[in-house]
Amino acid sequence: MNIHEFQAKQILGRFGVPVPKGYPAATPEEAAKAFETLGLPKAVIKAQIHAGGRGKAGGVKLIASAAEAREFATRLLGKPLVTHQTGPDGRIVRRVYVEQASEVARELYLGMVVDRKAEGVSVIASTEGGMEIEEVAAKTPERILTEPIDPVIGLGGFQARKIAFALGLRDKQVGQFGALIAALYRAFVETDASLLEINPLVVTKDGTVLCLDAKMSFDDNALFRHPEIRELRDANEEDPAETEAAKYDLSYVNLDGNIGCMVNGAGLAMATMDIVKYYGAEPANFLDVGGGANSQKVAAAFRILLADARVKAVLVNIFGGIMQCDVLAQGVVDAAREVKLSIPLVVRMEGTNVDKGKQILKDSGIKVIAANDMADAARRVVEAIGQRA
Amino acid sequence: MSILVNKNTRVITQGITGATGQIHTRACKAYGTQMVGGVVPGKGGTEFEGIPIFDTVEQARKATGANATVIYVPPPFAADAILEAVAAGLDLVICITEGVPVLDMVKVRRYMRGTQSRLIGPNCPGVITPGECKIGIMPGYIHKPGDIGVVSRSGTLTYEAVYQLTQLGIGQSSCVGIGGDPIVGTSHIDVLKLFNEDPATRAVIMIGEIGGTAEEEAAQYVKDNFKKPVVAFIAGQTAPKGRRMGHAGAIISGGRGTAADKIAALKAAGITVAMSPAELGITMQSALAGKAA
Repeated sequence: MNIHEFQAKQILGRFGVPVPKGYPAATPEEAAKAFETLGLPKAVIKAQIHAGGRGKAGGVKLIASAAEAREFATRLLGKPLVTHQTGPDGRIVRRVYVEQASEVARELYLGMVVDRKAEGVSVIASTEGGMEIEEVAAKTPERILTEPIDPVIGLGGFQARKIAFALGLRDKQVGQFGALIAALYRAFVETDASLLEINPLVVTKDGTVLCLDAKMSFDDNALFRHPEIRELRDANEEDPAETEAAKYDLSYVNLDGNIGCMVNGAGLAMATMDIVKYYGAEPANFLDVGGGANSQKVAAAFRILLADARVKAVLVNIFGGIMQCDVLAQGVVDAAREVKLSIPLVVRMEGTNVDKGKQILKDSGIKVIAANDMADAARRVVEAIGQRA
Repeated sequence: MSILVNKNTRVITQGITGATGQIHTRACKAYGTQMVGGVVPGKGGTEFEGIPIFDTVEQARKATGANATVIYVPPPFAADAILEAVAAGLDLVICITEGVPVLDMVKVRRYMRGTQSRLIGPNCPGVITPGECKIGIMPGYIHKPGDIGVVSRSGTLTYEAVYQLTQLGIGQSSCVGIGGDPIVGTSHIDVLKLFNEDPATRAVIMIGEIGGTAEEEAAQYVKDNFKKPVVAFIAGQTAPKGRRMGHAGAIISGGRGTAADKIAALKAAGITVAMSPAELGITMQSALAGKAA
């Protein structure tokens, strides 16, 4: 789960991480008021969307008066901001963040991730702040330091110093950085974060180390023990179909094609998308109904698929292990009746109670194109939308 | 022969009275697995369909001589259940539970350093040696005893591969689902090492998916050390970057973990890559024929 910059800074601030002072604003009036509350000669106003590249896209501005805050907020709020991470439609800006401006001497990069190889949290640091770390990794990997943290010992003081010196910090900054990174690590672990990115971490002209930007993502599997973080979810930043699917505990990702796919199991669901493409069409989605789906869940999945107007045919691919084919078939029949299905439906089922399932489909009177195996299913669904398989 | 489990494996179920634990303990027992005990804190002294239940894993191991455990407890308690099994000294710990917080797994893996226990999973279908021992949630009947090893991050896609093999009359030595999470107890390489040393395994199907670099590392291992034919498939060739595809580990992040990178690494290691998931069985069939010829 992702959150906004201002939310990440609020969390980090609570853990004692130095962040600039600031206030979120949902209206131009609130933005003007935020500027006045800060009471500083200069401030920065930043569009709040779940995407990077806001600066280059015109979503960040240095301002020197409440009137300017109002003016810039008016220009941003309620309108889409297109960055290289948002896609061509951009994201609607619903909030801006007005914060204390900093005089930047140096821009650095500091991140923390769950490192699969190290089986723990690793710090990633680089002197190349303000750039995308992937780009730095590709072009100048020698400028990136990766430091794994022992989950029992925690972040050692020696590690903090090693990173500080690698970042070219000196004198008082080394101690400041040590406290900053210790607080960051505490925030990461105690909130079950999966990613934390400070880009840039800056050294100000008066020599202070400060988090100028902050991005945090959290482990969805751990949200059960962080209700306060779950509340930060911004449904506006998510695809409505994905939000609807999440209600039924379905795993759904919207894609660009026109073949709706319903599958059990993540691996098989990805493989089904792949085989649709292999036979010359494009999948409209990833949809995993999970292992223990019941007929209501299947029906909900079906409704979500069909709500997408681009979907021209549906491919159901189920390998019933825990999930029984008769249960699946009943769910498909119920949903097809309810939505008065009018597009081609190809069903491939295998596994537990497969004969019973096939009988249910046959007896239902619903027009179902039965497929013998995965390849057959993919071929038939591609044919059904009038493309050559 | 086989890897990890065989007819002598003695298994307990942690979480035997939960809905999932009940269904699969029953199914594994019916398959012929020696299900010798269960663990539910507070229900020690009772039984489940003739299988004795204990309060702790240690008690269960001492009383039954179990050397393996399968865990179905809910995600908030799964890591603790693994720790309990490792502390009790069980050789093989299989965690089926999906949705275990990743930082819990970080602690589990740190705790396991230097112990003798092997963890499979979490978020996996389990392990089966067809005809001998099934531990987990896979449908037993699709399997057939034979000499092909199967290792996979995915559950149902493993069933698909196994089913295709069985339809072609090709049996399996052992099938291992290592799980779809970012941090799991056993990697592709770990399982490949076991298959390499198993005289009953003639060739291996390896199924990977987007995310991480475990498949690339496995490819390097195969190139340097593996003596048997390997057929592979990578799921997620059409997955967009930055989106989690169901499995917590299935995400292309920072430009790494793409299917294209993995397929290139596998091919460079001399592994036959099936481009369609419907061709896993026949690709293996031709790999075997090529070997014989």
